[in-house]
Amino acid sequence: MSFLRKSVQLLGAVGRNQQHLKAIRGAISAAAPRGYSSEASTDYANFPGAKAPFVSKLKLNMPEDYAPIPIYRVMDRDGFIADESQDPQLGREVVEKMFRDMVLLNTMDKILYESQRQGRISFYMTNFGEEASHIGSAAALEMRDLIYAQYREAGVLVWRGFRIDQFIDQCFGNQDDLGRGKQMPVHYGSKELNFVTISSPLSTQMPQAVGAAYAMKLRPDNDACVVCYFGEGAASEGDAHAAFNFAATLGCPVILFCRNNGFAISTPSHEQYKGDGIAGRGPMGYGIATIRVDGTDVFAVYNAMKAAKEYVLKENKPVVFEALAYRVSHHSTSDDSTAYRSADEIEVWNSVEHPISKLKRYMVHKGWFNEEEESAFVKDVRKRVLKQIAVSEKKTKPNWSEMFEGVYAEMPQHLVEQQKELQQHVEAHKEFYPLKNFKQ
Amino acid sequence: MLRSRLVQAACSAQRAFSTSQKALAAKQMTVRDALNSALDDELARDDRVFLIGEEVAQYDGAYKVSRGLWKKYGDKRIIDTPITEMGFAGIATGAAMAGLRPVCEFMTFNFAMQAIDHIINSAAKTFYMSAGAVNVPIVFRGPNGAAQGVAAQHSQCFAAWYAHCPGLKVVSPYDSEDARGLLKAAIRDPDPVVVLENELMYGTAFPIGDNVTDKDFLVPIGKAKIMRPGKDITIVAHSKAVETSLLAAAELAKKGIEAEVINLRSIRPLDAATIFASVRKTHHLITVENGWPQHGVGAEICARIMEDQTFFELDAPVWRCAGVDVPMPYAKTLEAHALPRVQDLVEAALKVLGGKAGKAVAGAK
Repeated sequence: MSFLRKSVQLLGAVGRNQQHLKAIRGAISAAAPRGYSSEASTDYANFPGAKAPFVSKLKLNMPEDYAPIPIYRVMDRDGFIADESQDPQLGREVVEKMFRDMVLLNTMDKILYESQRQGRISFYMTNFGEEASHIGSAAALEMRDLIYAQYREAGVLVWRGFRIDQFIDQCFGNQDDLGRGKQMPVHYGSKELNFVTISSPLSTQMPQAVGAAYAMKLRPDNDACVVCYFGEGAASEGDAHAAFNFAATLGCPVILFCRNNGFAISTPSHEQYKGDGIAGRGPMGYGIATIRVDGTDVFAVYNAMKAAKEYVLKENKPVVFEALAYRVSHHSTSDDSTAYRSADEIEVWNSVEHPISKLKRYMVHKGWFNEEEESAFVKDVRKRVLKQIAVSEKKTKPNWSEMFEGVYAEMPQHLVEQQKELQQHVEAHKEFYPLKNFKQ
Repeated sequence: MLRSRLVQAACSAQRAFSTSQKALAAKQMTVRDALNSALDDELARDDRVFLIGEEVAQYDGAYKVSRGLWKKYGDKRIIDTPITEMGFAGIATGAAMAGLRPVCEFMTFNFAMQAIDHIINSAAKTFYMSAGAVNVPIVFRGPNGAAQGVAAQHSQCFAAWYAHCPGLKVVSPYDSEDARGLLKAAIRDPDPVVVLENELMYGTAFPIGDNVTDKDFLVPIGKAKIMRPGKDITIVAHSKAVETSLLAAAELAKKGIEAEVINLRSIRPLDAATIFASVRKTHHLITVENGWPQHGVGAEICARIMEDQTFFELDAPVWRCAGVDVPMPYAKTLEAHALPRVQDLVEAALKVLGGKAGKAVAGAK
């Protein structure tokens, strides 16, 4: 049967080839004085590797021959919606939650950044300038959608309900840290909130997210997708290629969400790639539906994310999502970005182009913004964060015997013995150990 | 990512630790400057040499090892890359196959795991697989081992990993003399060399002899160095563990025990002859490394001794002091305890020496 089908196909291919030859001959005879015709041949090439029209004009396809993928925007920098049909029509409550979550993240970031500077925590990464891409995308998702983040997506957790105490307990690695003090600060994770724990090595979350999406696709009546966040620098790793290609070829319901913030530590995006951003790789490069948005416009991110989610679930196919913004933050507390970019440039993105100011202006036009209430809110967040830092700092560390846990699902015999030995030792010499610093 | 996190620790690690008994007036050089000057010399000496890696050019390197080199040698010789370890390790390997002499910097060796296929399957084996037609004169270098407070995925020693593989040479400098001499030798070597530096040592200044600054100063690959002679017990270490060993030797000296400290300098080829000679003298051995114990450098040394007549010279079993067999804890105190400390070495030495140590201690009193 299959042989027969193959034979028929082969015959068909031969037939087409003959037709094609005729067409070329015809073209030669008809257009002999002017040389080969540059028009597309009427028939299509049917190579296994590509289906495309034949042409008889040699041409290098130049990057500049292709228009860049346009950037979808709903709201301009003054907070006005250009095309009313694109207004997501979110109620006041939702918009207020968006705004307040962005402000909360921004405020908490400022204080935790300072606390690292004071040596109270070892490390921190802020999210300044990218708040809208976190909140806008998270708002368009359901809790059942699984998140694989890179490390600068704390806003997604804020939206999902990760509490201030949970953030700060993680940064201090104390007894209430969900990570049990095993990771550096900002490596959040929450099973409850469907947010996979951050892993330090770059881009490894990308193929993993695609694998998780593949697993979801195999579930009967699947109604959830995976969202994988990554930076434009991370997209240079080999893992990014693997993720894109496997997402496409295996047909996985995953949104590959690139936060293109212009910088990978000090490397600017123009040194990171030469094509049309990360979006440019989607449709032509990997055959993936692609969307590109203004990542400082929370409504654009929200609308695009809604559309992306609908598509990936309906089609069981991936989406490449590129949110363009500017990393107002330094890369991390180990970096001083004024060494490689001007303070003036940063200031523009920290003021008129800042996602929070854009949404604020929108709310002002709507009459939804109350200066007093909002400054009271910021004050309140500051107070809560500062208070929490004081509390988290004083909390005891996880129980010391936990250090043997979590290496293997079942503790192997040699670790059981070591744990027991240590327990006996500590019991016998407890006056020499600062046991009060650890949870009993 | 957390890449430049370690810079901080490096800059704060400005301990002026010196183990030399030479006069304080001796010339000092930090390990960072030793590496920087080695690169500078070799870039000037051979125009086939170039440096490639993330942030090595305009940013002067994440740990400032390449400070000033981009300004001096320009874009063709000092090359910033996108964040693709697999990519630039492969490109550097190809450039070496084509006759250039790349120095491929990994921001840390933790990130080189993304590129390990190029290092082992291509760089290390191509000379063999091409029956000698294509050699790969390349240096892979960067900080290796635990830094401080960067948790399990960023704190591991790759000495045993790379030393496992024929075709590679693996060196692991401790002080400024090692760093400068070994890196220069690695760049001039016709084979692929992995240079495992230590971030916590970058800021440490060491006294150096006048010959060290010589343009042709080289430390031979495959030769260990006796840092401190002694007759009672041999302590073999590499990289930062040499510092721990020297401090332990000083402690032991207070107890009347003369420890001989060997700085391996090279992990592959391993200078077994120097270790054997020392053991024939001291009859006791402990090995020290910051990597994990299983299949580690110490395990290899034990095996080599058992395969040699030297085994019969031992008066007691060899003792391995190694990193604790766990993913590196993030907690500061646990991290400190997960690596061999001076007191661990002293205890190990006393246990290995057994009755003899007891006598020596008694004698000292």
